[in-house]
Amino acid sequence: MWRIDLAAPQYPGGLTMTIWINDVKGDVDVINGLNHYIGMQTIHKEDFKEFIYLPIAMMSFMGLGVLLIFWNRKTGYYIWTAIFAVIGLLSFYDFYKWEYDYGHNLDPNAPIQVPGMAYQPPLIGYKKMLNFEVLSQPHIAGWFFIATGVILVTISFYEWKKSKISLGK
Amino acid sequence: MKKLIIILSAIGAAYSLQGCKMKSTGAVVEGDAASKVYVAPGKYDEFYNFVSGGFSGQVSVYGLPSGRLLKVIPVFSVNPENGYGFSEESKPMLTTTSGFVPWDDEHHLALSQTNGEQDGRWLFANANNTPRVARIDLTTFKTVEILEIPNSGGNHSSPFITENTEYVIAGTRFAVPLGDKDVAINSYKENFKSTASFINVDKTTGKMNIAFQIALPGMDLDLSRAGKGPSHGWFFFSTYNTEQANTLLEVNASQKDKDFIVAVNWKKAEEYVKAGKGIKMKARHTHNTWNDETHSASSTMNEEVLVLDPNELKDMVYMIPCPKSPHGCDVDPSGEYIVGSGKLAALIPVFSFQKFTKAIADKNFEGDYHGIPVVKYEAALHGEVQKPGLGPLHTEFDGKGNAYTSFFLSSEIVKWSIKDVKVLDRVPTYYSIGHLCVPGGDTKKPWGKYVIAYNKITKDRYLPTGPELAQSAQLYDISGDKMQLILDYPTIGEPHYAQAIPASVIKDRSAKIYDINKNHHQYVTLGEKNAKVIRSGNRVDIYMTAIRSHLTPDNIEGVNVGDEVYFHVTNLEQDWDVPHGFAIKHANNAELLVMPGETVTLKFVPDRTGIYPFYCTDFCSALHQEMQGYLRVSAKGSNTPLKFSTGETTPAVATK
Repeated sequence: MWRIDLAAPQYPGGLTMTIWINDVKGDVDVINGLNHYIGMQTIHKEDFKEFIYLPIAMMSFMGLGVLLIFWNRKTGYYIWTAIFAVIGLLSFYDFYKWEYDYGHNLDPNAPIQVPGMAYQPPLIGYKKMLNFEVLSQPHIAGWFFIATGVILVTISFYEWKKSKISLGK
Repeated sequence: MKKLIIILSAIGAAYSLQGCKMKSTGAVVEGDAASKVYVAPGKYDEFYNFVSGGFSGQVSVYGLPSGRLLKVIPVFSVNPENGYGFSEESKPMLTTTSGFVPWDDEHHLALSQTNGEQDGRWLFANANNTPRVARIDLTTFKTVEILEIPNSGGNHSSPFITENTEYVIAGTRFAVPLGDKDVAINSYKENFKSTASFINVDKTTGKMNIAFQIALPGMDLDLSRAGKGPSHGWFFFSTYNTEQANTLLEVNASQKDKDFIVAVNWKKAEEYVKAGKGIKMKARHTHNTWNDETHSASSTMNEEVLVLDPNELKDMVYMIPCPKSPHGCDVDPSGEYIVGSGKLAALIPVFSFQKFTKAIADKNFEGDYHGIPVVKYEAALHGEVQKPGLGPLHTEFDGKGNAYTSFFLSSEIVKWSIKDVKVLDRVPTYYSIGHLCVPGGDTKKPWGKYVIAYNKITKDRYLPTGPELAQSAQLYDISGDKMQLILDYPTIGEPHYAQAIPASVIKDRSAKIYDINKNHHQYVTLGEKNAKVIRSGNRVDIYMTAIRSHLTPDNIEGVNVGDEVYFHVTNLEQDWDVPHGFAIKHANNAELLVMPGETVTLKFVPDRTGIYPFYCTDFCSALHQEMQGYLRVSAKGSNTPLKFSTGETTPAVATK
């Protein structure tokens, strides 16, 4: 879904953490090792209930989509789009909260403490944190997710406008 | 006036004498040499150059064309720098039938080949003094196997290989009585034999074992080469001291006009082995192997070898006369031409494999050497390179029909064409070249871009460093018609033979870490929570972990004077280039370097009470200097409870 790239002088090849719908992969162990200096919590797959809920939510969403084909009403489609938007926004909010928590909830006994420094990675985009440069962006599935959202909303908007016009006639 | 003339003429004479000064050997570098060897910071070299370490016992790895030293691989000598030969795991690697041997003399290298081309899997190295052959794995750049060679003295004619790495050769320099017999030295002629050992190499694992030994008449076997292409199935050894002298060889082994090249038909030998014609002989020899999963070596004892007698088994060994104490014997990329280099000769004979086999078929022999047929010199000869220089030693090839021969006495490399045996070019070396190397120059497919000279003497080439000076290598560009010197670089130990291979064959297979999930070391500590200290009798095993930036446990109490303490340090890191080190005060051996995912053990017997600091010796992180701990050692027989901890002010009680 998402990828966070880190670059530092000692890591010429860079480090990458990829967030899947049900897992977190890439150089997680290496990043965990580095984060102990600044007292960040270690990242473990098990800590994320989202990795269970999200796949269920997406499967339900897809199931609902199939059902709605049979129902074949515009209202159904609007609801469907709304649900997708809610899932999307909730996911972003949740992601942001995790990042905030990791970035701010630091071990008070950490070896390196920079007053006023927080290590929250950007939700999307670039940020420089100590010796690391961080780039956060959607991965393939993330782009699909966003594209899907855009398509759904566009179609909804178009259909809504069309129905308004036909109503106007 | 007359006086003035005399004075003037005296000054004139003195001046003209000044003008007659010998030419300096100084600057011969010309053209754009600098740009040819400049590898910009952060860029990779084009070739790996594996160079034998001679009396250092190790193998060094240089990048070419920059001449930058990349690594020293410990092989036959202990290496306190990383604990090789000092850690409990590595000690069996240097175990021989004479026990632990901390040093040897390493001369020649051979990269493994498939179809006569370098495959970049393994590197083989010889030990001269205590005859052994080692195998180095080129994914880890680590010595993974050492095999001892019995019935041998001075394993100099080694470790040359056949074109599919079927065999690695180990020919003895000193003829010795087989089976360690106690005989009079001057009974050389009756009792001494020269063995050529054929070491079989497993195709997939690389594991070595001595397939058979051929017991040749007493003489000194010297450098050898396998046939290739049409001559595949044969091995060619140069020999000297066919006078069979056992004293003052300098004179007594230089009497004959011609010695020999010994040609061994190893396919024939295989047939004899299959037919059960070999004789099993008691010959103890050790076989040491390294296991990348247990991160430990083990040493086993083999009890016997299979010996083939060429006097009984006909058609297996022939001799070709070769002028004046040959040293080198090289086979060209086509496999047709065999170059002999008599170190006291004033010409280079080139033999033709076709003519040689025809001479055998026609029984064109001039006699025999202790029962082994000697083919007529002229019958096997392709041609002689006339007046090439003084003291030819070794020859490498560029794959374009040219040969490059090193000349020790005249200190030069001479380029000549194989077909018409004509000298094409010559360049001086500084000074007294021994071996030389063209990348892949001993294979079917040389990369004829450079030739590297390995010199015995440097004199004024570098800043002086007292009586003991650096040995050196010199890089020549051979891509044009003229050889061009482009770089000098000093080497470790004394360089003998070397191998060079395109970096692209090896570099992408290089291991970055050891997978900790595959660590099956007996004393591995998987995770800090499993760190512990266990005492049984006076043996104390410390299961310790290292991760940036602490050792666990880092406070240990309850060890007594005279205890045998084993620190089993597991590096929990799984990140590239994050080794940890371990050293403890008063340890009378060495430090450990522990690679990511590896477990290494240091044995330590404290001899006095006190607090012993220990720490990480490899700068691992910003908090490396904090990576330290204490061991408390109490008096013998004291009851200090065994305790260990990390990050606790009250130490935990150990399990007993």
